[in-house]
Amino acid sequence: MEQRPDPDELLKQIQAEETSRGKLKIFLGYAAGVGKTYAMLEAAHQRKAQGIDVVIGYIETHKRAETEELVEGLEVLPRKQVEYHGVTLSELDVDAVLARRPKIVLVDEFAHTNAPGSRHPKRYLDVEEILDAGIDVYTTLNIQHLESLNDVVAQVTNVIVRETIPDLVIDEASEIEVIDLPPDELLVRLQEGKVYIPEQASRAIDKFFRKGNLTALREMSLRRAAERVDDQMRSYMQTRAISGPWAAGERLLVCISPSSLAEKLVRTTRRLADELNAEWFAVYVEITSKPENDPVNRERIGRILQLAEELGAKSLTLAGNSIQEAVLEYARKNNITKVVVGKPIKPRWQELWKGSIVDQLIYASGDIDVYVISAREGASSSIVPKEWQPHSSPGRYAWALVLVVISTLLGVFIRGDLEPTNLVMLYLASTVISAIFLGRGPSLLTAIAGILAFDFFLVPPYLTFAVSDTQYVITFIALFVISLVISSLTARVREQAEAATIREKQTAALYNLSRDLTSATDLQQVANIIISQINLGFGREVAIFLPEGEQVRVFATSPNYHPDENELAVATWSYEHDQPAGRGTDTLPAASLRCQPLKTSNGIVGVLGIHSKDKTNFLTPEQRLTLAAFANQSALAIERASFAEQAQQAELLQATEKLQTALLNSISHDLRTPLVSITGALTSLDEQSDSLNEEYRQSLIVTAREEAERLNRLVGNLLSMTRIESGALKLHLEPGDIQDAVGTALEQLGKRIAHHKVQVDVPADFPLVPMDFTLIVQVLVNVLENAVKYSPKDSLIEVTADLLDGKARLQIADRGVGIPSDDLSRIFDKFYRVQRPESVSGTGLGLSISKGIVDIHDGQIYARVRDGGGTIITIELPLRGKE
Amino acid sequence: MGDAGQRVLVVDDENSIRRYLRAALSAQGFTVYEAANGEEAVNAVLSNRPDIIILDLGLPDFDGIEVTRRLREWSQTPIIILSVREAENDKIAALDAGADDYLTKPFGTGELMARMRVVMRRLANKSDAPILQVDDLKMDLSRRLVTVNEQEISLTPTEYDILRLLMQNAGKVLTHRQLLRQVWGTAYESEMHLLRVNISNLRRKIEPDPARPHYLLTESGVGYRLRADE
Repeated sequence: MEQRPDPDELLKQIQAEETSRGKLKIFLGYAAGVGKTYAMLEAAHQRKAQGIDVVIGYIETHKRAETEELVEGLEVLPRKQVEYHGVTLSELDVDAVLARRPKIVLVDEFAHTNAPGSRHPKRYLDVEEILDAGIDVYTTLNIQHLESLNDVVAQVTNVIVRETIPDLVIDEASEIEVIDLPPDELLVRLQEGKVYIPEQASRAIDKFFRKGNLTALREMSLRRAAERVDDQMRSYMQTRAISGPWAAGERLLVCISPSSLAEKLVRTTRRLADELNAEWFAVYVEITSKPENDPVNRERIGRILQLAEELGAKSLTLAGNSIQEAVLEYARKNNITKVVVGKPIKPRWQELWKGSIVDQLIYASGDIDVYVISAREGASSSIVPKEWQPHSSPGRYAWALVLVVISTLLGVFIRGDLEPTNLVMLYLASTVISAIFLGRGPSLLTAIAGILAFDFFLVPPYLTFAVSDTQYVITFIALFVISLVISSLTARVREQAEAATIREKQTAALYNLSRDLTSATDLQQVANIIISQINLGFGREVAIFLPEGEQVRVFATSPNYHPDENELAVATWSYEHDQPAGRGTDTLPAASLRCQPLKTSNGIVGVLGIHSKDKTNFLTPEQRLTLAAFANQSALAIERASFAEQAQQAELLQATEKLQTALLNSISHDLRTPLVSITGALTSLDEQSDSLNEEYRQSLIVTAREEAERLNRLVGNLLSMTRIESGALKLHLEPGDIQDAVGTALEQLGKRIAHHKVQVDVPADFPLVPMDFTLIVQVLVNVLENAVKYSPKDSLIEVTADLLDGKARLQIADRGVGIPSDDLSRIFDKFYRVQRPESVSGTGLGLSISKGIVDIHDGQIYARVRDGGGTIITIELPLRGKE
Repeated sequence: MGDAGQRVLVVDDENSIRRYLRAALSAQGFTVYEAANGEEAVNAVLSNRPDIIILDLGLPDFDGIEVTRRLREWSQTPIIILSVREAENDKIAALDAGADDYLTKPFGTGELMARMRVVMRRLANKSDAPILQVDDLKMDLSRRLVTVNEQEISLTPTEYDILRLLMQNAGKVLTHRQLLRQVWGTAYESEMHLLRVNISNLRRKIEPDPARPHYLLTESGVGYRLRADE
């Protein structure tokens, strides 16, 4: 079994070999001045000589001449200038690197902390992004900046290094080159002034640059590099299924709390895990009945879990009734072999009372080893929470005593009438009340104070603790035990009820969300529901970002909030990298918006942004869990809604296709008919001119000519229709004279309107109307032609204009056959012709073109039945043109 | 009608249209020259000295507007533009560049002849006659007097200027811009409402039925034209 390669390991190998990600090379030194930057530049020159595209992203020469010389001949990218408290700091410009896309970029000082307001708080995160973009990075690092060695370095050198980087980052480096220099030589260089000392460290310099320290640091870095070689060898053996010396998979778990010991615990576990080559977990247990409410502690827990993650652990929060239960349950399920806990720093008496967690853990651990790590001398216990007494407000304890006083007063009042053993019931009752309303601690106080009061006031001899009858000893013991049991049972019931209430609230909130979401029909509604529910449940402003092409854009927000450009950048980053970003995360933490990618099994559908105006207002762990559930629900709903919209579009497309088929059929018929007449007439004239009498000749010529004109109009209509539909019709708005438009239309209709009387009534003071004159004339030609076609010869067509609510209204009324009221709205549809027994020629395009033209004028066109027979077509145009 | 041997140059890249125009114009007594693109057109004008040019706007090398512009640098030969209905802007540009008139394709032979006649006659009798007349509309420039059916019409100075311009160019289309520039000045070239309002008022004064103008015709999207005597 053990000889088979582990599939997870293989996967890692594949990921490591994947070429899409850039390779990281670290020049590792043990102190400033060993020549890391120099070595990096030399390597860069070698690469460049090989024809590889190498540029300098960020380099710190510290004005050392030999280093500066090496910079020459290499392309140096501009730095990003960041203003901070009036000081201009220059930082690595990630965007410049990404835009330049070299093969290799040089980035000095891997552990550097960026100026506040930069994209990432730490430079190694900048490098991560560059690597993700497929660019190789050369960088430099001193061993003391390594997170897991932080404590050790501090112990050895007494200098606390604040700029640290997670071990994981260097574990993932493709190559590490150790830059070594014997400590003696380094000290010589230091004396010669060849080593740059940062100002802030100059005080520590004497302490730091001692031979002993340097030797220790040097050993650390060499050992670290050696370990890595060891690791690489091991992973090589693993891929080739060579059975190796590695132990059966050890798995470690470290329990953390907000105590000051936590960081040490985490770092120690990391070293332990390294030595054992074991996977490890960092766990915080949230006791459901006693949630951590202190924001300082909550944040601390978050930080510690993050630290553990940076050191390579899987971090998680468990929920449970007790720490040992939750930890051991998880440990058993996940084959944890060793559990690491901190040595308690509570006073001994508390342990006697409650039993220490460590004791309970060891007692229940079975075959799981428990490691107990001790606190360093002087570790402050100031931030150790008072979690062992959740209901510790003094008021509750005061009430507990008040209950005892009341019971006692009552007891004293009736003690002549009742046996003392019955008076005991008063105290039992008050213990129960205390447990129900005040919690575990106060109820215990009630029980103990009750026994004492009972003995003192109600058991003869009164007002002394002496007892006349030994049988009362049994009463005391029984009273104590019963009180204890009742108080703990009642308190537990109470706590479970509270936990249930919290869960119920969350479930209700989720239920509300999903209920509302099911009723939503489109994306906009879905977004609004998500926003209002999150607002309701968490009191936060919300922004939903949806992808549009390659980018994300704000789709919907809370009414009183609109994300600024920076916040949009956070959302974009989050979308592109499929990771949370913004407040409380690694990336752009200075933003006031926290962005959460909305993911479904099909991928990322958008980004949810949660914005809080109050910078100190953090979410509780329960709220965070609920929010995650909200995000899941939201992602699914958004995906569903987008699918629905896509389906709708597909339907629309189908309808369009149908229409196109109809169009083709209609066009081929309407185009051919006139061509048949024309061809017929012309061939007759050509081939049979001798046998034709003059009358026939004339009739053929007139036919051909009329049909040609008809064909011309049809082609014109088709072109207009196409322009309108494709949106290519550009409106050329100018103040236009309605009367002129009508006159021009009549002129264009010419002979076609000769057999009808047209009466035009436009008031003399009628204002100019913004219009595209040519297009409106076309509308009038179409409408008038229709009126002519469907009304008898010599009938009257009336054209009137008036003003109505800021609109110009033009009515064309005929005394024609009229339109059935069912068809009134459909006559503006494409190719729609009212069915008539007598055939009237036409394509059914005229009115639909007219509607298209009036629509782009922001006007309206509609038909209604005229009293006394006929049709009135009304055209309304706004007097104020489109902006 | 062509006065014996009048020369006409037909510029169109479509062979069928050139063939039709050659047939129709030859039958009317014109000598017809042909050009299929802008380059040929300019050369043909140089070598053949036509009396009138019929010019298609859509040419393969440079368009008719450009041809008009080049010709107008040294030649005043009348130009009639051929264009399709939707290309109003091209028509306006060609007219502003100095073309004399336009025809929308497709057109009838009679229509073409009428336009050619008007253009050539205007060129022939460029008289400074003080009295202009179209049907019953009479304008006496020396007395600043306008009459319709012998009845005196009172016009504002602007209306008078517009009418004078149109009557002096009777039969020719004047673009909105040309009218605005010549009546109001260059600064008013885009003040369309001035023109619309004045034309509307003018029609009320001179037209028997302002809703269906007889004299003052609208060239949709291009400009105005005063009807010419046939």
